Amino acid sequence: MFLALRDLRFARGRFTLMGAVVALIAVLGVLLSGLASGLADAGISGLRALPVTHLAFDEKATSEQFSRSTVEEKDWRAWSEAPGVERAEPFGNTLANAQVTQGSRKGEQVNLAVFGMAPGSLAPAPSEGEGLKEGGSGIVITREIADLGVRIGDVLTADKSEVPLKVVGLVDETVSYGHIGVAYTDLDTWRHLHYGLPGDLPEAAGRQATAVALTLEPGADIAAVEKATGTRADTREATFDASPGYAAESSTMALIKGFLYAISALVVGAFFTVWTVQRKAEIALLKALGAPTGYILRDALAQVVAVLVGATALGTAVGLALGSAMIGKAPFSLSAPAIATSSGLLIVLGTVGAVVAVRRITAVDPLTALGATR
Amino acid sequence: MTTPATDRRTAPDAAGSDGLRLDDVTLTLGDGDTAVTALDHVGLHVAPGEFVAVVGPSGSGKSSLLAVAGGLQRPTSGTVHIAGAELTALPDRERTAARRRHIGFVFQQSNLLASLTVREQLLLPLHIDGRLDAAARARADELVEAVGLTHRAGSRPHQLSGGERQRAGLARALMTSPAVLLVDEPTSALDRVRSAEAVRLIAEQTHERGTATVMVTHDTAIMDAADRVHEMVDGRLS
Repeated sequence: MFLALRDLRFARGRFTLMGAVVALIAVLGVLLSGLASGLADAGISGLRALPVTHLAFDEKATSEQFSRSTVEEKDWRAWSEAPGVERAEPFGNTLANAQVTQGSRKGEQVNLAVFGMAPGSLAPAPSEGEGLKEGGSGIVITREIADLGVRIGDVLTADKSEVPLKVVGLVDETVSYGHIGVAYTDLDTWRHLHYGLPGDLPEAAGRQATAVALTLEPGADIAAVEKATGTRADTREATFDASPGYAAESSTMALIKGFLYAISALVVGAFFTVWTVQRKAEIALLKALGAPTGYILRDALAQVVAVLVGATALGTAVGLALGSAMIGKAPFSLSAPAIATSSGLLIVLGTVGAVVAVRRITAVDPLTALGATR
Repeated sequence: MTTPATDRRTAPDAAGSDGLRLDDVTLTLGDGDTAVTALDHVGLHVAPGEFVAVVGPSGSGKSSLLAVAGGLQRPTSGTVHIAGAELTALPDRERTAARRRHIGFVFQQSNLLASLTVREQLLLPLHIDGRLDAAARARADELVEAVGLTHRAGSRPHQLSGGERQRAGLARALMTSPAVLLVDEPTSALDRVRSAEAVRLIAEQTHERGTATVMVTHDTAIMDAADRVHEMVDGRLS
């Protein structure tokens, strides 16, 4: 780094400009990561929070399974008896509108992503209040609904079915599905909301759910039970794409990020190409003085890495500061692994771009250090 | 054939070594109809502490002589010995190492690195060789003083005059105690008075430090300081 550091100091104007570009890209990288995590949280955190490995849907529902699939009681019974299946339970999923009819926010309209399940099975333990009970029409709300001012003890009334929903507990975490806060309830209440029917349900509807929530042993062979029940099991992660808008959102974010990294690698590559060409006479001189090519390459790469790491660290810090200010105002969440990946990729791809550029060092002929009089 | 002098512990000291010896060196550039004989059966021996000037017009092969003597270019035929070791027999990597340890170059217009101070220019060759230590720093200070640049030790090239740059280039070339000092047109950017001073300094350092010095120039006015003058015409040395 003998020469690299001194060049950085001497040509600080140029390197500052270059570093500023990288830093701004890093800021954008952090914000995009935050937005991607935020959108993912808003889209599928409810599914991610389910303590299952797979979900089995009606095999005829090949897309948007959560709204198109219906499974029967005999299906989840067959699944629970199949080999390699630790647990199989009915899971209901529906979107519902409700109005606060008792509570401080009386009259407020609330959207609910209703997850129906047997009490004590799939729902997380509430951080306040109580869990679900059979036959009580109780719901356990999550943070997004609580943020609207709904409190434990309030009663919501669902549209159409007019089922009163008593808020019995709160899970104080962002648990959402399709950008709507999740409300956990028992299966019977879920069915009323799903079919929009007041009073007693028809016999057949009382034995239905959206999917079978499964905990499978690793490597379980489930082909037979899938065939017998007419269902298809997807891993929990694979079901994310069935959540409304999730696939489109995440592929858009991935596309933008991909372009960002490509641009960054090209910008860094272009800068160091020009820089290396400018330094040609000095490189020839170094070689004439007996510097091995490896010495010059190491020096140049150390300079690249120093610029990239410094600029990325600065940009990431600024991005984190901006991002913290955005939390709550936009679907935004800061996840350390996602930001580390984004910043790391920026450094790695920038280095790759620069490696292509500084490779020209190997081609410089030390003979050119001798004057033009040859 | 002698053992390659790549290890400085076993390499002979500049003083008491054989200096620089070119035997029957021919360098042909290009091929076929466009081939040019840059060096034509050149023989030259420069003893340690001897200052040899080579004069000749542009294109006479002077710079080719330096390129071959300094291990920047392999001759088409003939041998080059530096401090008793056969430079022309070394593989590329060891030739580069020999350049770093036993050959000092003073380039035209000095060729300093823009971002380094005078003192750092001197330290660079030893950093490249991985032996930048207290002794090296002391030697740099001593050489900066020897060329009269102590007051300029912290200046960068753009702050120096042409003569000062040339002196800094000379001091850098001497940092590794080279057996051979090769000087390329040292006065091309200097006026008459400065040229005379620069060449006198080279002569003085050559005699004091025992380097085998070859200076190529087309400036016949500065030849007086040399111990011996050769003329080069069409690749032949007289």
